[in-house]
Amino acid sequence: MNGAVSDLTVWIVIVALAIGTFLIRWSFLGALGDRDLPAWALRMLRYTPVAVLPALVAPLVMWPEAAGGEPDPARLSAAAATLVVGVLTRNVILAILAGGSTLFGLLYVLG
Amino acid sequence: MDCTSCKQCCRECSENESVMAPSPVPSPPHQRPAADDPAADEPAVVRALARTPRQAFAHGIVQSLPFMIVIVPFALLFGVVAVEAGMDLAQVMGFSVLVLAGASQFTAVQLLSDQAPALIVILSGLAVNLRMAMYSASLVPWLRGATGGQRLLIAYALIDQSYALSIQHYERHPRLSLPQRLGYFAGTAVAVCVPWMIASWLGATVGRAISDDIALDFAMPITFLAMIAPMLRTPAHLGACFVAVLAALLLAGLPSGLGLLIAAPIGMATGAMLEVWAERRQGAT
Repeated sequence: MNGAVSDLTVWIVIVALAIGTFLIRWSFLGALGDRDLPAWALRMLRYTPVAVLPALVAPLVMWPEAAGGEPDPARLSAAAATLVVGVLTRNVILAILAGGSTLFGLLYVLG
Repeated sequence: MDCTSCKQCCRECSENESVMAPSPVPSPPHQRPAADDPAADEPAVVRALARTPRQAFAHGIVQSLPFMIVIVPFALLFGVVAVEAGMDLAQVMGFSVLVLAGASQFTAVQLLSDQAPALIVILSGLAVNLRMAMYSASLVPWLRGATGGQRLLIAYALIDQSYALSIQHYERHPRLSLPQRLGYFAGTAVAVCVPWMIASWLGATVGRAISDDIALDFAMPITFLAMIAPMLRTPAHLGACFVAVLAALLLAGLPSGLGLLIAAPIGMATGAMLEVWAERRQGAT
């Protein structure tokens, strides 16, 4: 490790992150066991993937760092193509291919 | 979130659905584990239910393979970036094997190279990973009966891709047995995590050979959107997605991870409210 950050610091960060991340992942699965979650919680949790993953990528789609943090027509179109093809075909692979080809096609055309 | 906006987005959603799905699949507004599967005679469903745990494992691997397109370049990039930041091979592998969480690994390396204090690095990395508590909670009803050891292993390998692939499979085939579910998860976990580790190692040792100008930054958004798009099958799912995205964009100025932790529960609550609302309406007619 160069600069002011020591090897020890890096390892402390690695071990702390590893333990903390594991505990986050284990939290409900491990602590709750086979006990039932309340009905309202189950109702909300059904929407975990469709809320978390789009919210995670939304800022990356709107303000991509690679385009200087400005909205970028190629990336916006690629995201739209991925969603539309994914919703219509219910096929993950086709959706990825649609998004990827839209992105590279438009980046090539728009230079 | 006030109710008017929910109703409005629900109306939009149902309009969208009627336009985009001319022959709607007769799926219930939501699927509980062990709920009756309306599409039980579909060939894909029959095949899924007939698999041995070992075959479910192989199926999980096969369905994860396309994600190598994303995982491998990302992990290579992590290896390169971490070495550039001054880390040695053992530290790179420490991150990729022990932490095993792409976004937080990049965050930590970035902050370390900015000489941020260790505590800030750790807290930022954990904030980025807090969403996984929501994954953990949402798997509970599907993994009833799993042993403590199985839960430890699942927790270790619970990353975005293995979670998204598995929950999609579980929701599509609600009547899978626990061994079939565990087998499928193990398949996705092996197919996604092992390449992540190997490619991190390659990036740290070989590195540099990767071209900067391929638009790699967008591989993750595209694959995540592709994974959730097929799950947007009811107005409640569309509403949850729409509201979460809107909130995430409005809260984008907050420190890393924080906006998501507010936006995602708002979206999930919206989905739950729309579901209740749809059930009441169904009950009334």
